[in-house]
Amino acid sequence: MAKPKVGYSRRSFLKTSGAAMAASTLPAPMLWAQETKDIVLRQFGTGVSNLNDVANKVKEDLGFTLEMTALDSDSVTQRAATQPDSFDIADIEYWICKKVWPTGNLQAMDTSKIANYDKIVGIFRDGKLTPESTIAQGTAPHTVGFVDGPGGTSFAETETGWMTLIPTIYNADTLGIRPDLIGRPIESWTELLNPEFKGKASILDISSIGIMDMAMVCEAMGEIQYGDKGNMTREEIDKTMAIFTEAKQNGQFRAFWKTFDESVNLMASGEVVIQSMWSPAITAVKSRGIDCVYQPLKEGYRSWGGGIGLSSSLSGMELDAAYDYINWYLSGWVGGYLMRQGYYSAVPETSKQFMSENEWGYWFEGKPATGDITSPTGDVLAKAGDVRDGGSFQERMGSVACWNAVMDENQYMVRKWNEFIAA
Amino acid sequence: MAANILKNRHVLGWLQAAPLALVLVGFLLAPIVMIVIVSFWGATEFSIYPAFLWDNYEFLFGSPVTYKVFWATFKYAFITWALTLSIGFTVAYFLAFHVRSLTVQIALFLICTIPFWTSNIIRMISWIPFLGRNGIANQTLISWGVIDEPLEWLLYSDFSVILAFVHLYTLFMVVPIFNTMMRIDKSLLEAARDNGASGFQTLVHVIVPLTKPGIMIGTIFVVTLVMGDFITVRFMSGSQRANVGRLISNDIALLQYPSAAATAVVLLCTVLIVIAILLRFVNIRKEL
Repeated sequence: MAKPKVGYSRRSFLKTSGAAMAASTLPAPMLWAQETKDIVLRQFGTGVSNLNDVANKVKEDLGFTLEMTALDSDSVTQRAATQPDSFDIADIEYWICKKVWPTGNLQAMDTSKIANYDKIVGIFRDGKLTPESTIAQGTAPHTVGFVDGPGGTSFAETETGWMTLIPTIYNADTLGIRPDLIGRPIESWTELLNPEFKGKASILDISSIGIMDMAMVCEAMGEIQYGDKGNMTREEIDKTMAIFTEAKQNGQFRAFWKTFDESVNLMASGEVVIQSMWSPAITAVKSRGIDCVYQPLKEGYRSWGGGIGLSSSLSGMELDAAYDYINWYLSGWVGGYLMRQGYYSAVPETSKQFMSENEWGYWFEGKPATGDITSPTGDVLAKAGDVRDGGSFQERMGSVACWNAVMDENQYMVRKWNEFIAA
Repeated sequence: MAANILKNRHVLGWLQAAPLALVLVGFLLAPIVMIVIVSFWGATEFSIYPAFLWDNYEFLFGSPVTYKVFWATFKYAFITWALTLSIGFTVAYFLAFHVRSLTVQIALFLICTIPFWTSNIIRMISWIPFLGRNGIANQTLISWGVIDEPLEWLLYSDFSVILAFVHLYTLFMVVPIFNTMMRIDKSLLEAARDNGASGFQTLVHVIVPLTKPGIMIGTIFVVTLVMGDFITVRFMSGSQRANVGRLISNDIALLQYPSAAATAVVLLCTVLIVIAILLRFVNIRKEL
């Protein structure tokens, strides 16, 4: 779809569709003139943060329409790289940004227009959670978070005032386990390849994330010492794949999963007792009444972060609207919503205002819950006295061992990954 | 004058053939040519660029995984073919020769198509809870005392992949075989009987030879469907097994279009060769 045509047709479409009428009847604070309600921003991204509740709230608070499209990580990369005119806002992960930024499909954002910029967690600015923190391996968000200027094509090392992505959501990932079926403590990443779980383990079939989980395992086993897990050499990739191919051929894995739902089903049905998993998937398993733990491991977490980037073709009033959306995003409501699912918000202090003391204590501070903890959809996830797996924000984000990454040898890795799946 | 041109049988023939020819050129030939061209292009992580490189083919033929995957593809195709043929032939034989009334024949035939009222994917995925470790199949077998431990190979294995293939594609065997069987002159069977042929001899010497075109059409359907499939293999093996289709779909997901195109070209050639060989056995056109 060609951009100019879209701009025209979306407006005329809205006039006839009645969506504009619906908007004008909402008692939302109208900051701009009439035309605001005609603005449509098209956002796409992974399922984690592309939530209809967010779009509805945007309509209510800001007046314009946000169209959401949820895709898997590979498709998101593909779309951001190849179809720049198909979106206004890209909700992508930092490692995807590293891949997509060189295409010039995204534009840098002026941090002086971001009201809560100073309150954004250090991880996304200078890379440090606290001044003493060491920076984890991989594509740490701050390394691809800034460019030199509005038209910058290469990443800057320090805060420059021009951000590539505004951080929105992030978390520390680890292995999910079924404690009821394992029956003993799990403490290390090595357990993924423990023959005890032969035919009951799983790993995700998304190369750039899967390779990191593999690396965590191989390093924990003491088989490989990586220079940088986030930027492996060919030799390191070969060794890693060899270890996992052997395990695969020995029947260690029950299945590989590619989508969120698959991981939930594998775990909930008992096909798998230990696997790579994402936090809300644990929540989904738990809400079915099945015991499932997001097990903190001694080697640390594999972390990821997402942010929103603006299409380079955004300009004028729509660009202003996008900035308003970003400021709104960081102002707390979304943060609170996401934190209640187990993610973290880039500006925790604003999110706090939208969470109860009990929720804040449980999700962020790692304190025992004082009452029922419910998901945004109302399922009870924890009862009074329960503590979050892994503890507080500082404990969890403080023990990140590596970030999801894209390597210099990415293409080689991808081919090797393909071979691993086929082996 | 104009009327004369239209009456010319050559012009008329060309005109009549033109719509189909155009459709085929636009929607079959052009895409294939495009795929062949792209298979020589180069790729970076996020883009493809025109070039004339043998890299994609070199990598494809240089990797032992390719051969393994092609072997797996043939294996799936062959086993699925053998099973769908025996089931399909039996069902068609029963419908055509054992059921006497035409109404019952049609009714039973329609029953065969009922599963096709739902989507392919649903029919496939519905096996997963059935075959799982704690699924109905295992629970039933355990409660009958047949097994003590759940059978692991029921799901996410070659078994489940082939089971799903057979389930999905048997009808493609039944239909053409049933169709040719219905057109066998019943008097031929009577003649065989009168000449003292046993039931089995009639089957082998009369029915099977006359049903060959149907078998061949069904074979082509099943073989091409199985060789081109990727989604069944992905879901039923839990991403653990691969056939050529999965190789291509993985490449596409990872933005490696040229490499995917090269694999597609090789797969296309392989399937065409298989069909060419099959057609050596039976002259379908003569029989239709």
